[in-house]
Amino acid sequence: MWEYSDKVQEYFFNPKNAGTLDDASGVGEVGAIACGDALKLMIKVDPESERITDARFQTFGCGSAIASSSALTEIIIGKTLDEALKITNQDIADFLGGLPPEKMHCSVMGYEALRAAVANYRGEVWEDDHEEGALLCKCFGIDEGMIERAVRNNGLTSMEQVAHFTKATGSCGTCVEGVEAVLEKTNAEMVAEGLLDPAQAFVMGAVPVVPGRQQRKSPVAPPAPASSKMTTVQKIRVIEEVLEELRPALRNDGGDCELVDVEDNRVMVRMTGACVNCQLAAVTVQGIQARLAERLGMPVRVIPVPAGK
Amino acid sequence: MKAVYLDNNATTRVDPAAVAAMLPFFTEQFGNASSMHAFGSEVGGAVLKGRRQLQALLGAQFDHEIVFTGGGTESDNTAILSALETQGARNEIVTSAVEHPAVLALCAWLEKSRGIKVHYIGVDARGRLDVEAYRKALSPRTAIASIMWANNETGTIFPVEMLAELAHEAGALFHTDAVQAVGKIPMNLKETAIDMLSLSGHKLHAPKGIGALYVRRGVRLRPLIRGGHQERGRRAGTENAPGIVALGVAAELAQQHIEDENTRVRAMRDRLEQGLLQRIGNSFVAGDVDNRLPNTANVAFEYIEGEAILLLMNKAGIAASSGSACTSGSLEPSHVLRAMKVPYTAAHGAIRFSFSRENTDEDVDHVLEVMPSIIAKLREMSPFWDGKNAGQSGFAPTYA
Repeated sequence: MWEYSDKVQEYFFNPKNAGTLDDASGVGEVGAIACGDALKLMIKVDPESERITDARFQTFGCGSAIASSSALTEIIIGKTLDEALKITNQDIADFLGGLPPEKMHCSVMGYEALRAAVANYRGEVWEDDHEEGALLCKCFGIDEGMIERAVRNNGLTSMEQVAHFTKATGSCGTCVEGVEAVLEKTNAEMVAEGLLDPAQAFVMGAVPVVPGRQQRKSPVAPPAPASSKMTTVQKIRVIEEVLEELRPALRNDGGDCELVDVEDNRVMVRMTGACVNCQLAAVTVQGIQARLAERLGMPVRVIPVPAGK
Repeated sequence: MKAVYLDNNATTRVDPAAVAAMLPFFTEQFGNASSMHAFGSEVGGAVLKGRRQLQALLGAQFDHEIVFTGGGTESDNTAILSALETQGARNEIVTSAVEHPAVLALCAWLEKSRGIKVHYIGVDARGRLDVEAYRKALSPRTAIASIMWANNETGTIFPVEMLAELAHEAGALFHTDAVQAVGKIPMNLKETAIDMLSLSGHKLHAPKGIGALYVRRGVRLRPLIRGGHQERGRRAGTENAPGIVALGVAAELAQQHIEDENTRVRAMRDRLEQGLLQRIGNSFVAGDVDNRLPNTANVAFEYIEGEAILLLMNKAGIAASSGSACTSGSLEPSHVLRAMKVPYTAAHGAIRFSFSRENTDEDVDHVLEVMPSIIAKLREMSPFWDGKNAGQSGFAPTYA
């Protein structure tokens, strides 16, 4: 049995605002029976003030899904639409005294249903399925936009968290690469916007940062991170500087590293000398990657390319 | 509040007689069963007694065909990995899509890490194995066929005696995960072609952490756990003497109660099932209703989700299980119900009620009293339930 807070249990066993709202001004329906979670949120809106005067829900799902739905209605009644749209899934979870990590997708469902209901009231077209961007997880009908929102709103930095908050990748697993790419891209944007510590950002293939160690300062304080809005030329300059700083150490080991190209957050390098075919080449590349991320102030992926490319 | 435990396929209460029998082996009879002195030999004698009690329950020909292990999962792993080592160039496995994760997760790992080819045989809407597909999958490349005796979620019984013979015709070993079947239906292994059988103590009123692997005499075994020479070199590690003693007593009690299991317990199960179906529309029994374990009822309630049902049942003092994703921590509902092609409208809301000889008619009465209101309450909140679909279930598998 999951460890549910007293408030989650209270809102599950005695849900408030359950049922239908016959004269609803807006209806938002998200989820599907195949996914194991579905929520129909009905709101009544005062057209003058755009204030939500009543809300009801119908939920197919587990205890935390029902509690989250009920909590959502409690939170939004009395708020204007604009105020309600500022509510995040974390607000729903907080209202309930927290949810188990594996159940956070229930709060995300509430957040999505609210957006759908408001869109419906405003006469906007809302489609639950791949409304924004590509449909990534076909098993659970999760599109790119929903993953981006979940990552941003909750500061997600790992695939496990994305699965807990959205269910994406939780079934056949064929969408893992696509979801990884969205997580990486969104984290990179968050770093650039100053919303995320670069050391926490998800980078495909990178070794996860060990909690508690990422704050440790290096003996020699590195230069301050470069501006997040660097041009490509500025990025190249910083990369060249970093490689130049690392070059003596590489040459001492009989190797070297040259910059080949930069595309977005991907840095193509050519390893030469003893670094070619070295059993520790991967470690060297990771070291370069970590130093570049630190100096650029954004996650980067260092990709060794063969000679001639 | 009345407490009703109907989750015996998950685990059972240790029988007080088994507890009483094992207690001295923590205190005055603490010796190591493998020691030469008197302290050890007394314990060694108790271990032998436990082995013979289990032998009797299984109908094994020799007591040394019983290898004590840490439980069902270890037994399953030992059987399959051993077969891959002893069967020469044969490197394929035939199993079913509805096995316990103790088999399925191992097979998936063997596919990924060793390139072993695994044939997953499907089931029909009743959960019955596709025997023709099983027959076709067997070949000179098959090292072992591993098919459960009875399914843990639906109770559906597989024809393992016949499946073992088919495996032998292909020159393959046959193993069965009988964790749910042992003690619930009569067995006489010496009359079958089954080479290996796994069981777990805590499913038949013995403690957790003790199990056994039956290995037919003559079947080569490569131990999973290596070290000392315990269990004739087939499972290293100091014998869990208290557990073995308790398992022996539990086996003897199971043998004594097997008729009760198949008459009184079966009748309670059937009364519960029929009562639920009469009182609650849009529900059906998942599994092979004609050929099941006598203690297991899997009832699917459409348009609602299993965890929510379990939470309300728990509040009413009733313990059962659900194959819903939200209960298990995974995101997909039961792989067994999905293999049976039970629609999502019902697979998420399937509840497994599993009895033991300790249950009573009053337990059934209590469940029948509270379940209708629980299901009704959740359906009132379900966006897929509008009352119009009340009545017969939309799932109508052909039971040809």
